[in-house]
Amino acid sequence: MNLSFLYENIHVLLPEAILFLGALAVVGADLLRPKDGDGRGLGALALLTVVAGLVGTAYIWGRPPATYLGGASLDGFALGVRVVVLTAAFFAVLLSMGYAPRITWQTGEYYALLLLATAGMSLLGATTELALLFVALETFSLALYVLTGIYRRNPRSAEASLKYFLLGGFASGFFVYGAALLYGAGGTTDLALLGQRLAAGEANTSLLWAGMALLLVGFGFKLSLVPFHMWTPDVYQGAPTPITAFMSVGTKTAALAGFIRVLGTALPAQQATWGWALAVLAVLTMTVGNLAALRQMSLKRMLAYSSIAHAGYILVALVPGTAQGTAAALFYLFAYGLMNIGAFAVVVALERTAENDVDQGGFRGMATLYPALAAAMAVFMFSLAGIPPLAGFFGKFLVFKAAVEGGWTWLAVLGVLNSAISAYYYLRITVAIYFDQAQAVPARNAWAGLNLGIALAALGTVLVGIYPSLWIALFQGLGG
Amino acid sequence: MLSQYLFILLFTAMALVVPVMAIMMGHLLGPRHPDPVKNAVYESGMETIGDTWVQFRAQYYLIALIFVVFDVEAVFLFPIALAYKDVNALGAGAAIFFILLLLVGLLYDWRKGALEWQ
Repeated sequence: MNLSFLYENIHVLLPEAILFLGALAVVGADLLRPKDGDGRGLGALALLTVVAGLVGTAYIWGRPPATYLGGASLDGFALGVRVVVLTAAFFAVLLSMGYAPRITWQTGEYYALLLLATAGMSLLGATTELALLFVALETFSLALYVLTGIYRRNPRSAEASLKYFLLGGFASGFFVYGAALLYGAGGTTDLALLGQRLAAGEANTSLLWAGMALLLVGFGFKLSLVPFHMWTPDVYQGAPTPITAFMSVGTKTAALAGFIRVLGTALPAQQATWGWALAVLAVLTMTVGNLAALRQMSLKRMLAYSSIAHAGYILVALVPGTAQGTAAALFYLFAYGLMNIGAFAVVVALERTAENDVDQGGFRGMATLYPALAAAMAVFMFSLAGIPPLAGFFGKFLVFKAAVEGGWTWLAVLGVLNSAISAYYYLRITVAIYFDQAQAVPARNAWAGLNLGIALAALGTVLVGIYPSLWIALFQGLGG
Repeated sequence: MLSQYLFILLFTAMALVVPVMAIMMGHLLGPRHPDPVKNAVYESGMETIGDTWVQFRAQYYLIALIFVVFDVEAVFLFPIALAYKDVNALGAGAAIFFILLLLVGLLYDWRKGALEWQ
């Protein structure tokens, strides 16, 4: 038997292979390190792996489209997802370098799981097949369940992990059932083939819609869309903050990538039906997320609800089902990655490790003590609110433009109104930082990676805002 | 069509009759010389002391978990061994890589003290 098909086009999965081998190397290095070592080198190794993953992505950039074993494909979309996911992982490792040794002695496990989660997320962007989609989804989900609870001395972290695991397992059940029904409808797990059979009228449409509805629940959970968002605030608050930062961006990117693959590859002709379902979900998600964020006292919970609202904005881009919308969603995720991870990095800088959170008193009047940190936080808050000329503004602009050009003007109008609501709670924080009297502001946590991460995220947020054309062109080339 | 169901009916009847017959015949024809050793719970082992519903150490679960991994490993290796003529070096290489992966896991467990019984 000729087995050469096993390594034909294997470069399609080069970044994932690098991440996987890097995770193994971290485990191996953890085995070899002396018992009293602090595991600082492991963070450097993880950072190196993520950078190597980015180099691997650049290496396969621009090569002709190819598929590996009919399940993973090399195309612009897969590359774009990798850029966003690996950027998020890069920042997550930077934030973890001084953080992980404080909360756990198993730093090797911490970084290995982080890298495996990244590999699963970036694989999800490349899959064009339902079974592999599920495997990728579970790869990063299982790693994230453990990472959420890795701060074992903190009961809230354990609670968050259990909640995330139980609800996530339930959502995965919905996903698998949906995938099984789609297979029943079209007799194939290959999304493109499923699309062809649908177009030829060879598929069972009632099974198809039941399957799609179940898949929507599964993806909706991972994306924390509104009826399925209950876990988000608790899990984001309880998880170690660098992990929260990573999953707020990585999980969204990966789940959205899978969603776009299923809708865009298998069901492009049915946009008139699923477009409405997504539009309703988008409106609910934006509104509930923003209204709930208004009332939060904890900074992490506020950012969790804000991330729900942002998932709603991104969903607006998917409603018209156009390549322009896909490109807008990718750009938005990239911009969101920079500014949201930056905001969580400021939480890492200000929080007391035992509390694992920052409340209103924790940053009031911070500007007099830490002017640079305050300026960075102001940049992130303005950008999250969508104020020009920062990255968040162009993200929102492209998303709403895609909606208007796809004929969904009312949806864009609701999105803009929601941005106005969100400005209130983002700006309230900025005002508190600059104009309130300083209370007992906690000592600022600082390590080189954290400071570098905050600086890079702030710089990126400003630069993407000042020169958006470069990035817009990049992601527009990847949308189709 | 109906005759096919007849087969199932016959099969069910046979499945019921044969084992019942075997047990009954052993009971009727076999010699019977009961003594205390033969009537013991374990003919060649110790009588259990105390209740058999004992609580296990939670740690036992960790050992069992590690065991399951290698149980599954064996299941995955059988098809490669059977198809060795067809998959040759590449298949063997894949199998070895797979074993090495699990070995790293075992080494990790060992080094982290998961195999030590406290």
